Amino acid sequence: MPNAFWCIVEDDRNGSPKKVMAEVIGEASRLAPGRVEAVWLTDKASEAGLKQLGEWGAAKVLLLEHAALAPYRSEVWVAAAADLAAREAPKAIFAPVTSRQREFVARLAARLGVGLAADSVGFALDGDTLVATRPVYAGKLLSRVTWAKAPWVATLRPNVFRPADTQPGKTAPVERPTVVASGAQMQFVERREEVSTGLPELTEAETVISGGRGMKGPENYVILEELGRVIGAAVGASRAAVDAGWRPHRFQIGQTGRTISPKLYLGFGVSGAIQHLAGMRTSKVIVAVNKDPEAPIFKIADFGIVADLFEVVPELTKEFKKLLEK
Amino acid sequence: MKILVTVKQVPDTATQVKIAADGKTIDPTGITWIVSPYDEFAVEEALRIKEKRGQGEVVAVSLGPDRVKEALRSCLAMGCDRAIHLNDPVWATADTLATAKALAAVIKQEGPQLVLCGRQAIDDDMGAVTAQLAELLGWPCAYWIMEEAIDADGKSVRAARQVEGGLEVFDLPLPAVLAAQKGLNEPRYPTLKGIMGAKKKEIRDVKAADLEWASEPPQLSIVGLQALPPRPPGRIIAGDVPTAVKELVRALREDAKAI
Repeated sequence: MPNAFWCIVEDDRNGSPKKVMAEVIGEASRLAPGRVEAVWLTDKASEAGLKQLGEWGAAKVLLLEHAALAPYRSEVWVAAAADLAAREAPKAIFAPVTSRQREFVARLAARLGVGLAADSVGFALDGDTLVATRPVYAGKLLSRVTWAKAPWVATLRPNVFRPADTQPGKTAPVERPTVVASGAQMQFVERREEVSTGLPELTEAETVISGGRGMKGPENYVILEELGRVIGAAVGASRAAVDAGWRPHRFQIGQTGRTISPKLYLGFGVSGAIQHLAGMRTSKVIVAVNKDPEAPIFKIADFGIVADLFEVVPELTKEFKKLLEK
Repeated sequence: MKILVTVKQVPDTATQVKIAADGKTIDPTGITWIVSPYDEFAVEEALRIKEKRGQGEVVAVSLGPDRVKEALRSCLAMGCDRAIHLNDPVWATADTLATAKALAAVIKQEGPQLVLCGRQAIDDDMGAVTAQLAELLGWPCAYWIMEEAIDADGKSVRAARQVEGGLEVFDLPLPAVLAAQKGLNEPRYPTLKGIMGAKKKEIRDVKAADLEWASEPPQLSIVGLQALPPRPPGRIIAGDVPTAVKELVRALREDAKAI
């Protein structure tokens, strides 16, 4: 439908949308009730996945299904999506912040000749003007931006927007437009899986534990991972710990690492350098444990304990275990 | 092989930023400017490619006001051969797309086989210019790369990009655009010789009129900057460790409802 709010589906590469899509669809539905369309580029969508998009409140699913769409290549995706956009004339194009969506929607915006607001944390619609709010300058300021013309292209920071409620039994009609799968230049060689920690992914986790320089060495992260397993949290690290070689870079939280916005952040032995705060200051509840009462992280923490983390972590694991057994 | 690296000059992370009187920009007073860290990874990688191949040219390009020369000078000190400064007041309100258009116009003039960019600039964190350059040039693109290797005859590049859960490896025919992620390399510090030598290297000034580039209003504009809403004051939980931890768990569950 014209003037629809498109939500580009991020999936798990196995035919199901990721749960961050509930947040994207939820926010789009608040801005444009009844005009939200899920646009899914994939090689294979599952029936369960299509049903899920309906239950989250999408009015329609536009399914672009083609073998050439996986693994993701920006040139192929943009050709397919731009062709559809020319026919459908959406009002807005939203996607969650993930590694590929950040590239894809930027390239799509250039193809369509429109503006992009990346990593947005808020939207306000006033008549025919959409204003997005996004953190800038290491999260020290918020910038409000607006578009000269539609479609308004934006990526949304995960864990910030209220997810759509699941409406059991609600279905969305699925349209399968012709896919223009042209323009391929890159050739896929291989995928190298990371060794899984068995813990949630940093940017998606509702609870994140972070270990800083106070961890004293790579061998000590096991105590954080044990706590992570008890409460279902991801385990990350500060730049100091990554630069010391204690953790691989993919675990770094901060300006030159991952940006996270969990419901609960627990920092152990993290001093709270600006560059770390840039990656986690939109967390909802912040807990800091540090021996140094002057550590800057205490300035933004909701709860702090000034003590040795090596005493606190095992105690905390024990207490959470007790609580969860109840 | 000619390699072009795009760099952006940004405020140092530790620098205090204040909103200027116009409410839309930051007050430049007292700001320490640096080359955006991801762009340093891009410069380093370009220099390594040149060194490995034993020949080639590395050109650093930046868009911005006069102060940007300092950032370009740092790139020259690291070892870039020359620099191009897109310096025109018409670009003062350039958004990512306008910036990409200006850069694409220079790239078309220069004709490099490879363009390296940083994953994102750490001032506005938009992370869009690399992809938009690729689109405007019609070139393939790989984001957040952790490794790259150019084949012996210089016709393609094999790049590993970081995605959630792993790395994806692709072959891209050249010319191509790559966005550097942290972990790609460890940028070098300029040597004294490099710093001295940089003074003699060329920084070419380019105005909008020098490019096949039609000036146009930005597609995305800033309505205003604002300070972060203050966080409510926190609470330090005192007492011995077992007592403090018990109270923390209670408060997280009952007061903050975070667990």
